[in-house]
Amino acid sequence: MELQLLLVVSAALFGIGVYGALSQQTFVMIMMGIELMLNGAMLAAVALWAMSGAGAPKGQLLTVIVMTVMAVEAALGFALVIGIFRTRQADMTEMLEQLKG
Amino acid sequence: MSRPELAGVAMWILGGSSVVAAWRVFRTDSMVRAAYWLLASFVAVGMVMVLLQARFLGLVLVLMMAGEMTIMAAFMVMFMMNPAGLNPMSMVHQHTTAKVAGVVAFAGLAFVGVAADFPDRPVDAASEPTAELGEELLGDSMLIFETAGVTLLATMIGAIAIAGKRGRFGNAQEGSAPPPVDPDAPAGPDARPSPMHGGHGGMHH
Repeated sequence: MELQLLLVVSAALFGIGVYGALSQQTFVMIMMGIELMLNGAMLAAVALWAMSGAGAPKGQLLTVIVMTVMAVEAALGFALVIGIFRTRQADMTEMLEQLKG
Repeated sequence: MSRPELAGVAMWILGGSSVVAAWRVFRTDSMVRAAYWLLASFVAVGMVMVLLQARFLGLVLVLMMAGEMTIMAAFMVMFMMNPAGLNPMSMVHQHTTAKVAGVVAFAGLAFVGVAADFPDRPVDAASEPTAELGEELLGDSMLIFETAGVTLLATMIGAIAIAGKRGRFGNAQEGSAPPPVDPDAPAGPDARPSPMHGGHGGMHH
């Protein structure tokens, strides 16, 4: 029962992350949405490892990989924010509309 | 209350507060506060991980996110349109689509989580998950661990290349410089003669 409730919590975190990533205009706020999605994924992985995976070490390894993805996402996201701001003075998605077909 | 019961209650409080904090991220006017609400959500999830015996991972998550969210708050102050929330304004677009997508994602994942029949194999209370993870990282799964490390190194190099003053392809206002016909000639407007080819060194044939 605890496992199910934890999975619902992680689904809620993921859903809020989807909402944020789709609804926000500022690049950094979109990154926050993506981070929330990864947060939910990590919680689900650890909950399954602890309650259904019998504590196999490879389950924790999966979470380490998700953390790596998170670090990569944050570093490249910040770099892109700086790069776009330098070339286009843009900090919002609507400022980059010129590439629309 | 016994210790497992207490841990269970703490887990629900922390799980609930992680969701509330996550929701507050997109509901607060101040974007700096949004960064710290996100940090609160991560700290709550990290504490749930500690309660779930993944002590090392939980604490690493808290440590990592404390640093990252501080950087994020600094970014908000440096770049963003409404960092302190002094004038309330709407910062969202395609709101209905986003809401529907979020609810659908939540409902779908929650349904799978509740409906699926996961085996009931809890982690052994007598085991040492942190020691086991260490053995795994530097034992059987060392290649994965090393790959993650090299990935992070490549990310750092890529982030510096993107964020550098010249950017990945040079200054947009200057236009592009055609590549030189002579492969030995210096390329680009601001290229300097390299010590291998220019100067008065003894490299001439």
